[in-house]
Amino acid sequence: MVKNQSHVRLDIYEALSEVCDPEIPVLTIDDLGVLRSVEFVSNEWVISITPTYSGCPAMNMIEANIRIAMAALHIENYRIERVLSPAWTTDWMSEEGRLKLEQYGIAPPNPDRNNNPVRCPICKSDSVDEISAFGSTACKSLWKCNKCLEPFDYFKCH
Amino acid sequence: MDNDQLKDNLIRLVTHLGDNNLILGHRISEWCGHGPVLEQDIALTNIALDLIGQARMYYQYAAELTGGNATEDSIAYLRVEREYSNYLLCERPNGDFGTTIARQFIYDSWHYFFLHALQNSADKQLAAIAEKSIKEVAYHKRYSSEWLIRLGDGTSESHVRVQTSINDLWKYAEEMFEPAAFENIAISNNIYPRPALLKEQIDSFRLEILNSATLTKPEVSYFQTGGKTGIHSEYLGHILSELQYVQRAYPGLEW
Ligand SMILES: [Zn+2]
Repeated sequence: MVKNQSHVRLDIYEALSEVCDPEIPVLTIDDLGVLRSVEFVSNEWVISITPTYSGCPAMNMIEANIRIAMAALHIENYRIERVLSPAWTTDWMSEEGRLKLEQYGIAPPNPDRNNNPVRCPICKSDSVDEISAFGSTACKSLWKCNKCLEPFDYFKCH
Repeated sequence: MDNDQLKDNLIRLVTHLGDNNLILGHRISEWCGHGPVLEQDIALTNIALDLIGQARMYYQYAAELTGGNATEDSIAYLRVEREYSNYLLCERPNGDFGTTIARQFIYDSWHYFFLHALQNSADKQLAAIAEKSIKEVAYHKRYSSEWLIRLGDGTSESHVRVQTSINDLWKYAEEMFEPAAFENIAISNNIYPRPALLKEQIDSFRLEILNSATLTKPEVSYFQTGGKTGIHSEYLGHILSELQYVQRAYPGLEW
């Protein structure tokens, strides 16, 4: 049976929704908002992704993993397009993604930027200090908790 | 001007913007493993990564406009000194941490306001690159401003040293405000913001931070220029010999 296009689109979307960020493996590219769209345009599938940070080395890995997922679906007529505008923002991170991030030990970006943006992912205390605006990867800053005294990463609002 | 000339002009402009970021990004990357403390080592290398990532977006666009065999890599690795059009500021040596911060502050204070205006470019791709980059550069500007204040308003030694760095570098602080021929063409086509309009905003921001840092804005009688038209200091050749070494020795090598 030949599947119609909207079914194929769902299959692709479902397969790509399982591709993870290599640096934060609990998050999929769908959770992150990196996967923007899957469209069929003049005889090929166009997979649009948007980079998080310009220099993020994970993007190459994500593209490679998309190719593996597409190969598993036996689809060859596709291209991956990097979209710059509208620029990626942490506001696109899913609610589920935020929860998974906190459980993983990284404080998630708070969409309400002005109101207590950061809390300790371990003990949930609000008494926290920023050590450095730049952390172990481009998307994170380094914080410490004044209550449980643990250092932790915060996924910066962007 | 016919369309081919306009396209050549756009390629020069886009390449120039990539060059600024690549050369400064490469310079900052020299701090990797040498930062004064771990957090600042990480911060500097993150900034270098952002700048090189942004340079790639400009070079990819320049390669697309050029067509043929051009790629982001051929633009980054296979041109000679005179074909680079980065600001002289970007190729200045790192010096001590304070000198690096002073250089970064001069660059970021221009870069941020410039990108802000470039978001309105009539060229959609340049506007998109600006929209993407400015989010990162906002962090750079905050970082270099905070450190300039901390060093300037720090100990008597840090104050004297960072003031000396500012004095040494200030003659490179205005190259961005003197448009080259390719910039003037882009300005008249609404692709590029008019530097004179940015200058007031940038000057007042620079002054505000220098004041908070208890530093004095140097009096400069002659500003250095030339980078945009390919007239560089001796430093660029040394940077390129390291930056391009692998591609020159093993052409086409891939990572
Ligand atoms: Zn805690």
